[in-house]
Amino acid sequence: MDTLVQQIINGLVLGSLYALVALGYTMVYGIINLINFAHGEVLMVGAMTCWSVMTFLAENVPQLAPAWAFAMGLIAAAFVCVLLNVAIEKLAYRPLRNAPKLAPLITAIGVSILLQTLAMIIFKPNYKSFPNPMPSAPMNILGAVITPTQVMILITTACLLLILMWVIHRTRLGRAMRATSENEQMASLMGIQPDRVISATFAIGAVLASVAGVMWAANFGTVHHAMGFLPGLKAFTAAVLGGIGNLPGAVLGGLCLGLIESVGSGYLGPLTGGVLGSQYSDIFAFLVLIGMLTLRPSGLLGERVAHRA
Amino acid sequence: MKSLNTHARSLVLALVLLLLPLVLQPFGNAWIRIVDMALIYVLLALGLNIVVGFAGLLDLGFVAFFAIGAYAYAFLASPQLLESWGWLQQHFPDGLHTPWWLVMPISIVLTGIFGVLLGAPTLKLRGDYLAIVTLGFGEIIRVFMNNLDQPLNITNGPKGIGAIDPIQIAGHSLAKKLDWMGLEFKSVTLYYYLFLCTVILAVVICHRLQHSRIGRAWMAIREDEVAAQAMGLNTRNLKLLAFSLGATFGGVAGSFFAAFQQFISPESFGLMESVMVVAMVVLGGAGHLPGVILGALLLAILPEALRYVATPLQDLSGGRIDAAILRQLLIALTMVLAMLWRPQGLWPKHPQGVKT
Repeated sequence: MDTLVQQIINGLVLGSLYALVALGYTMVYGIINLINFAHGEVLMVGAMTCWSVMTFLAENVPQLAPAWAFAMGLIAAAFVCVLLNVAIEKLAYRPLRNAPKLAPLITAIGVSILLQTLAMIIFKPNYKSFPNPMPSAPMNILGAVITPTQVMILITTACLLLILMWVIHRTRLGRAMRATSENEQMASLMGIQPDRVISATFAIGAVLASVAGVMWAANFGTVHHAMGFLPGLKAFTAAVLGGIGNLPGAVLGGLCLGLIESVGSGYLGPLTGGVLGSQYSDIFAFLVLIGMLTLRPSGLLGERVAHRA
Repeated sequence: MKSLNTHARSLVLALVLLLLPLVLQPFGNAWIRIVDMALIYVLLALGLNIVVGFAGLLDLGFVAFFAIGAYAYAFLASPQLLESWGWLQQHFPDGLHTPWWLVMPISIVLTGIFGVLLGAPTLKLRGDYLAIVTLGFGEIIRVFMNNLDQPLNITNGPKGIGAIDPIQIAGHSLAKKLDWMGLEFKSVTLYYYLFLCTVILAVVICHRLQHSRIGRAWMAIREDEVAAQAMGLNTRNLKLLAFSLGATFGGVAGSFFAAFQQFISPESFGLMESVMVVAMVVLGGAGHLPGVILGALLLAILPEALRYVATPLQDLSGGRIDAAILRQLLIALTMVLAMLWRPQGLWPKHPQGVKT
């Protein structure tokens, strides 16, 4: 029972991080029907930026409290990621918007590898420990432990989701985004500039991804150049699981995937008598993805994108 | 007059291909080794071209078939299986040394089956979804290769499998040099001729396929699947055929790779390799055989040539840029720039007949 509660807590934390990244995928897909393969790398760049700022501050302004350094790192990360993601869209995706579908997908993969390689050159390919400003003393809930970092992740995710929902449903920009995703041509006839809306979508996605990256780094304690790849892939799975193009779906998909992975890998070893261990946990996401696409390609909550799949 | 010209050109090409390793031999094994690996990549690119270029299905897990072929050869022609399963030893007192001409068909059938296994659940998917699912498939195979060393040691995990038999032809092991008519043929040179023959065979197969009923059907699917279906094509079977035929090329390349290296580990079968083969096909011109070959040769040989540039660069950048990173950078830039500036590839097909 304790293990179950523990795995559920871990799963929710992991799932909320997936959800943040999945929102970026789903928003971009909803508007321009493109899988932004480089989205996972945006997460990595966010974590790397935050790490750089924190190391720089720790060396040069040692009297600054770590929490402030962390906050400044987070803001810098969000800023850099927004610039990066908007630039990627302008340079690599926009010229190909009317090209055959494979073309932007291949550039997206190229950009993803390019960012990874550049990060490897700039930051060197070793694992770097991420200074976590949160107290490390864990708290007990129902016999399971939860760290303050994990609590912070859950609260931050919830706040970001509320803000995002407000932006999408209550602001002019949000209305423009929904209109563009519904019908780009019609939206532009109504005075919306699709290019701007698309840039804004990439910017919002980048903010969410950078926060997720920083939280990811704080939770697992390390950053390195390839850290964005698996979370990116799994977040995409989460977006498909919830129904791609559907915002609540992305959140639901993220949480479900986090729970499946965490609970699944926790019980895989005991259930199979030690034949299959937790090292197979990465496979869950792919199996979920393949199964979902075969059985219900529109996802848990989606219904309008079945024909695109 | 024109046909004489083409004949002369083919003759020159054949002579160059035949003499190339003999010319390179005095400069050491390294260069011939690079050319050998380039030929393996050509084989892979030709296989992926069937899936991506002909049928228009983006496969990002192609390296999985390469891995399956390599591991199939390694299992059947190395001490690995006998070491983990004692009872097998009684049946094979001299060790497991399956000859390569027997392994090849096995490898072909095996990868063909895996091709169908991958194709079946992805039939309904198009474009981007397909890319992600195939990528997942590649990762699943890699995770298994990495972790199947316990509880029963099958793949020897990340340590890989060593002591794989080299290929033997007519009693002569290709791992040893051969003296013939006063000429000395080094091991890498012998492999070169074997790989060259295989590549030529593959090119002939691809060429015949492309101009067959099946090839035209694939291209119809690539251009417009709904229209193809309306013309009465069985798109399901045709797509499965593309997947499994492409996969067999990967399997053959993998088995040759295992025999050539005599050592394999999961590290050689990462996502980067899949992406690189896609980059080769796309750079050269998907669907056009000379273009695909050009792309494969360029991306396989250029990074090796850059090694010589990489050394001073490595000192300049404090060890941050080495040959492997440079190679990765080159591949990434190729994919982005090729798509932005020449989406049809460096050597695309003439836009006559079939619209590309």
